[in-house]
Amino acid sequence: MALQIVDLCVNCWACVDVCPNQAVVEDVPHFLINEQACTECLGDHAEAQCAAICPIEGAIVNELGEPLNPPGSLTGIPLDKLRELGLLDREAA
Amino acid sequence: MELPVISNAPSSGGGCSSSGCGSSSDAMAHLPDSIRQKVQDHPCYSEDAHHYFARMHVAVAPACNIQCNYCNRKYDCANESRPGVVSELLHPDQAVTKVLAVAATIPQMTVLGIAGPGDPLANPARTFETFRQLSDKAPDIKLCLSTNGLTLPEHVDEIAKHNIDHVTITINCVDPEIGAQIYPWIYWQNRRLRGVEAARILIEQQQKGLEMLTSRGILVKVNSVMIPGVNDEHLKEVSKVVKAKGAFLHNVMPLIAEAEHGTYYGLMEQPSPTPEQLQALQDECGGDMAMMRHCRQCRADAVGLLGEDRGAEFTLDKLADMDIDYEAAMQTRQEVRENLLEQLAAKRAGAPAAEVTALAGVPADSRPVLMAVAAKNGVVGEHFGHAREFLVYEASPKGVRLMGHRKVDLYCNGATDCGDSGEGGQPAGSILDQIIHALSGCEQVLCARIGFEPWGQLEAAGIQPNGEHAMEPVEDAVLAVYREMSAAGKLAAPADKLNKVA
Ligand code: SF4
Ligand code: SF4
Repeated sequence: MALQIVDLCVNCWACVDVCPNQAVVEDVPHFLINEQACTECLGDHAEAQCAAICPIEGAIVNELGEPLNPPGSLTGIPLDKLRELGLLDREAA
Repeated sequence: MELPVISNAPSSGGGCSSSGCGSSSDAMAHLPDSIRQKVQDHPCYSEDAHHYFARMHVAVAPACNIQCNYCNRKYDCANESRPGVVSELLHPDQAVTKVLAVAATIPQMTVLGIAGPGDPLANPARTFETFRQLSDKAPDIKLCLSTNGLTLPEHVDEIAKHNIDHVTITINCVDPEIGAQIYPWIYWQNRRLRGVEAARILIEQQQKGLEMLTSRGILVKVNSVMIPGVNDEHLKEVSKVVKAKGAFLHNVMPLIAEAEHGTYYGLMEQPSPTPEQLQALQDECGGDMAMMRHCRQCRADAVGLLGEDRGAEFTLDKLADMDIDYEAAMQTRQEVRENLLEQLAAKRAGAPAAEVTALAGVPADSRPVLMAVAAKNGVVGEHFGHAREFLVYEASPKGVRLMGHRKVDLYCNGATDCGDSGEGGQPAGSILDQIIHALSGCEQVLCARIGFEPWGQLEAAGIQPNGEHAMEPVEDAVLAVYREMSAAGKLAAPADKLNKVA
């Protein structure tokens, strides 16, 4: 089991520094999680550390492809507003 | 090696010396000599040093540990010194190479700052590695950093070790209820915390860090972003609190929130303060402590004198081709610095006398006037259409003082006529409207040159364009115009057009 970084990532290094397993690797066009090394932080922390610090909604997903930080969860911008601005589809894509 | 054009008439008390911009004696009056000594050649902290000394920032700190509602990590941050994570990020070794190259090319360079693009103290290894190498290789360069304060207390020892004598903390509130409207979350002790609890922890850490730094004699400046309806009233309280804890300067900056920045405030249409609102708040807070009116909110990778950015000359590929004698460069810096300090001292010494004579002939009950100046290197040197910011000065019978600066979009996009379209395809007309709005309250705009088209519209809006003082030191020019207005009998009555400009 492992989390995954998708192309919404802005390469900010935050997750690299907090991962207890050094599972995040610098890569282009965006950072990646080494699925051999990632434990989803089980046994180390109550929350997956990368997802607890990542500033970008949707950048980190689980094995089902579901974002750990869904749209609106970090910015507090209401879903209706995101929809109205046409930002919802892009974030969720 | 060419030095930038600076005022060359210290004996006349010209340039920035007469007051305002040269009011470092006022703004810094409450400081002990030891602190004044420290900031006298710091371009960001000393109001007149900013014309003489250069600073640069390096972007080595990408990660952040909090979210601010005026920030979107995907884009350059307009509010704080943050270029956005997509700008050229440097590893510590690259950053050190860049700093040494810049310091060899621009010998007025005195200050190296780390401000982002994230939070320097959320990237302690990268930040302190950069500082460690620089203390070693260029001990004459002052180091400073800006932080949100969340992890400041645990890093104070390290900061003291690297002899970083300037730290800027961004403090937008001391009340967690208000903080919860500014900070949606923080990353704290391996968890993402939200709401009032998160804000309470952030505030506690900021205040504790502030106290720890000042008790060790490390200078602390406080930055605040003025967010109308959220913390504008509250910032007066913040100003009192941080002054009591020993901060030496409080810098109140306007919120910049545009929908295209993709920030919470931008998308939720949170209004930014008008120039008048900002000035009023700065005046109120200024009663309590030194305010920094010349701050340009420069980018975290800015290079050069305040208000200019020569970063493009020092990209990584250009650095690779530079051949630098570091020892000789340090020697040159030493000489240039001594020379500039002498000039500054001469100006400061000459200032009080100049102020008295400067306003001879202007009746003491004349009303004050705001003037905007398209300045470059301390003189009225910029064409109206090329100005990205205007300095706003208040002239009164007491002298001239810098009230702030107003950023604008470039009116002229390089087309010879300066008439039809502005930057980014926006019609110049609407940019001119924005500029006129940004200059509201000003009665004159001084510039090196101005086109026919904007001239007429400015005049119609009650702002008199003035190109007659091109290349004169800024404060001399403002004083001269004030005198002309006085001679023309324009200073007796209250300005009737003053408040009508929309
Ligand atoms: S879930 Fe934990 S172990 Fe996996 S990449 Fe994120 S921080 Fe590392
Ligand atoms: S914290 Fe998020 S945005 Fe930053 S590098 Fe990691 S996945 Fe990318």
